[in-house]
Amino acid sequence: MKTVNKPVRKKDAMQLLTGQPVYTDDIAPRDCLVVKLLRSPHASAVIRNIQTDIALKVPGIEAVYTWKDVPQTERRFTLAGQTYPEPSPYDRLLLDRRVRYVGDVVAIVAGADDKCVDKALSLIKVEYQILEPVLDFRTALDNPVLVHPEENWESLCPVGADNKRNLCAHDESSQGDIEKVLEGCDIVLDRVYHTKACQQTMMETFRTFCTIDTYGRLSVVSSTQIVFHCRRIIANALHIPKSMVRVSKPRIGGGFGAKQTSVSEIYPAFVTWKTKKPSKIIFSREESMTASTPRHEMEMHVRLGAMKDGRIRGIDLYTLSNTGAYGEHGPTTVGLSGHKSIPLYGKAEAFRFVSDVVYTNVMSAGAYRGYGATQGLFAVESAVNELASMLHMDPIRLREQNIVRQGEVMPAYYGQENTSCALDRCLAKVREMIKWDEIYPVKDMGNGKVRSVGMGMAMQGSGISGVDVGSAVLKLGDEGIYNLLIGAADMGTGCDTILAQIAAEVLDCEMEDIMVFGADTDASPYDSGSYASSTTYVTGKAVENCALKLREQICRLGAKILSCEYEQVEFDGKEVVLDREHKVSLKEIAAASMCGNDISLEAASTHSSPISPPPFMAGAAEIEMDLQTGETKVVNFAAAVDCGTPINPNLARVQAEGGILQGIGMALTENITYDSKGRVLENSLMQYKIPARVDVGHIQVAFENSYEESGPFGAKSIGEVVINTPLPAVADAVYHACGVRFRELPITPCQIAMGRIRMEQGKSNSNDRERLPDNENI
Amino acid sequence: MLITVNLNGKMVSGDVEADTLLIDFVRNHGCYSVKRGCETSNCGLCTVFLEDRPVLSCSVLAVRADGKKVTTLEGMQEEAAEFGAFIADQGAEQCGFCNPGFVMNAMALFRENPAPGEEEIKEYLAGNLCRCSGYEGQLRGILAFMEWRKKEGRL
Repeated sequence: MKTVNKPVRKKDAMQLLTGQPVYTDDIAPRDCLVVKLLRSPHASAVIRNIQTDIALKVPGIEAVYTWKDVPQTERRFTLAGQTYPEPSPYDRLLLDRRVRYVGDVVAIVAGADDKCVDKALSLIKVEYQILEPVLDFRTALDNPVLVHPEENWESLCPVGADNKRNLCAHDESSQGDIEKVLEGCDIVLDRVYHTKACQQTMMETFRTFCTIDTYGRLSVVSSTQIVFHCRRIIANALHIPKSMVRVSKPRIGGGFGAKQTSVSEIYPAFVTWKTKKPSKIIFSREESMTASTPRHEMEMHVRLGAMKDGRIRGIDLYTLSNTGAYGEHGPTTVGLSGHKSIPLYGKAEAFRFVSDVVYTNVMSAGAYRGYGATQGLFAVESAVNELASMLHMDPIRLREQNIVRQGEVMPAYYGQENTSCALDRCLAKVREMIKWDEIYPVKDMGNGKVRSVGMGMAMQGSGISGVDVGSAVLKLGDEGIYNLLIGAADMGTGCDTILAQIAAEVLDCEMEDIMVFGADTDASPYDSGSYASSTTYVTGKAVENCALKLREQICRLGAKILSCEYEQVEFDGKEVVLDREHKVSLKEIAAASMCGNDISLEAASTHSSPISPPPFMAGAAEIEMDLQTGETKVVNFAAAVDCGTPINPNLARVQAEGGILQGIGMALTENITYDSKGRVLENSLMQYKIPARVDVGHIQVAFENSYEESGPFGAKSIGEVVINTPLPAVADAVYHACGVRFRELPITPCQIAMGRIRMEQGKSNSNDRERLPDNENI
Repeated sequence: MLITVNLNGKMVSGDVEADTLLIDFVRNHGCYSVKRGCETSNCGLCTVFLEDRPVLSCSVLAVRADGKKVTTLEGMQEEAAEFGAFIADQGAEQCGFCNPGFVMNAMALFRENPAPGEEEIKEYLAGNLCRCSGYEGQLRGILAFMEWRKKEGRL
């Protein structure tokens, strides 16, 4: 291959590295109204009275909107970027008289500049009727206090939702008789794991600007992963025809799933639609930390049945997920906690996976890289690590004995066949990379510090099977150059580049000959958007098919020029050739296409896949721990990834490295805590500690390629699978280092130090739950 | 109040308020490379040079730059492109939003210490957060850049 599987530079690399103005706030009109939001200080309340007259008198203020400007009985909507009909319930109003978490929107203020808007915000007088909130998600289901008591709450899909039970979704799936299998096991491990509502923390916060275009339509430019879904969401929120909305995205300063939810768009859209003036909203970091769309907090109860020889026979998982005040991505994230963890264990005879997703009065959760798989894999992989230590077995050895292999059917993965899988090679590679056999389980450094290792495995999907749609349009222009039009959103991942690589490979041309455009609802072909690890696999295949179509059309026009049949010619990327004497160059064909021509040199292709082939990964952490202070650092993380063919090895590698560090952050430092009123305490980068470069040693990534027949040039996805392994790997390394088992993340130095003291005093681990007696009859 | 700043080699005057931050002043004067990633001086995205020393422009009042020299990435395009190429060759620019602050501070590092060791690099750039890359690709790029400078005889 000439272009695919080559580490070419990202097409936009030098523009970004030299700081060109390509992001939303760099290109927003200078005379934009500044839009800001007044947010609720209460977790649950009804607005009794709201006075805006004084705020409106502040010079420069254009408008103040409250619930009175939005009919409260109109149809609700969801901010989740999902294919219609969305599984996420329609539970929002643009401005609701009832507020449901600390940070919920009470009023929209638009004015000439930040200063006058800030002043007006401080002058709005709100009288609240404070209600009792539901703050503990373990008590939410069937709690008499309801988060969504309203009659116009609506669930469009059969996801088992019931707002009168605080239930956003419920699901059950199984294969075999799990109780009987567990009964016959030598060991049944019974454990509860807990992960929190971690933040994507992309460097560019949520932001949008809006204008009215030549045709009187609302033009929305936003930092979004989902232009097409966004158009629907805005139209639903404003109750205007979808034909009146256009959404496009400039460069995006990171997304990681956060921008798969329309967190910021509807507010300036409302202002501009009402005032017909340009407006913009730029979320502060504090708003991005406290009123956005973080990972779903989950509590996972795992029962793992195995034999003394290490054979894993059954997995029973119950996941309780906290969707917060609104249901964005609630019904769908939870599924991955089971469907992308249980199938790793291909020898199991039975599984059961039950889930509840509940409403509470905290910030609404959403999509974050890994999307539920991260949480589920922490639980299942940690349980398997615990099993290994109970059996005094090497955790890698235990995996080798149990993993799913290529060609096997995965009952917990919708019965799909494992069409491409190098997980076995990933395990062997990671063992070697981390020098597992030298360190496992722990090495005393002789200075009060120890070094230890731990590992975990992961899988994800490649798009949502039978749902995600990717499209591409390719056209030939002057001089034989190509335009590639896509609706997928490059958010730094490099999809503009890898999709161009796929096109260049098929069209036998240089990367420079392909100009990429994306994404704009008016100009791009339809694409579900960049999420669910779909772009390379789904949109990439659409690009491949599209390029093949265009090749054919180039040959048709070439044959016409050469006065022969289309079947007789061949195209080598530069010329259409009949024989040695009779050929026509691409440039000539391009010129001919623009003069007296009736053969279109524009091709469109749309693709969707009935399967979602999982990428696989094995990851191992080497940590160094100071046993006195509990201070812990990942000094080395080794990962081997099977993403099929990496279309661009550089970009795949950086995706992996970046995802791994996010996972390490989730394992060790990224904490979410609430005060008694339900306020998030980690409201800035000061408190919410994402890893800096001094916080980690080295991350090494290797690729163990399988070949996925249904993907473009054998490719599967890479973007999400990479975040998952650090969580169980670091947690198990911590156990190997200090003997304390942690089942809740993050694991902080304080917890480690206290856990060791408790252990020395002979008390059980702090987070071993008494209500779950172990059934370890070994 | 009226201040005059030597912004990227050009004298620029502007009427600012007492609480106007340097980041807003330079952005209002077309230096859009300067980004805001937080409000708590944690992210390093807004790094500019004030009298040739790196500062966080979100934590400097515009009036403090009165009569002084301020340099943003707009004023260092050649250097940025020369160094940036090595980051691009790793694919480590990713979303790009942290790049200007990172590139500015890397330039400052090389001015202070032309041949830093790996730990020195990490320490100096510790305040430049990046959520995409995991920092590993940035480090590879920096090391490759230093290797190239050595070969070019510029060290």
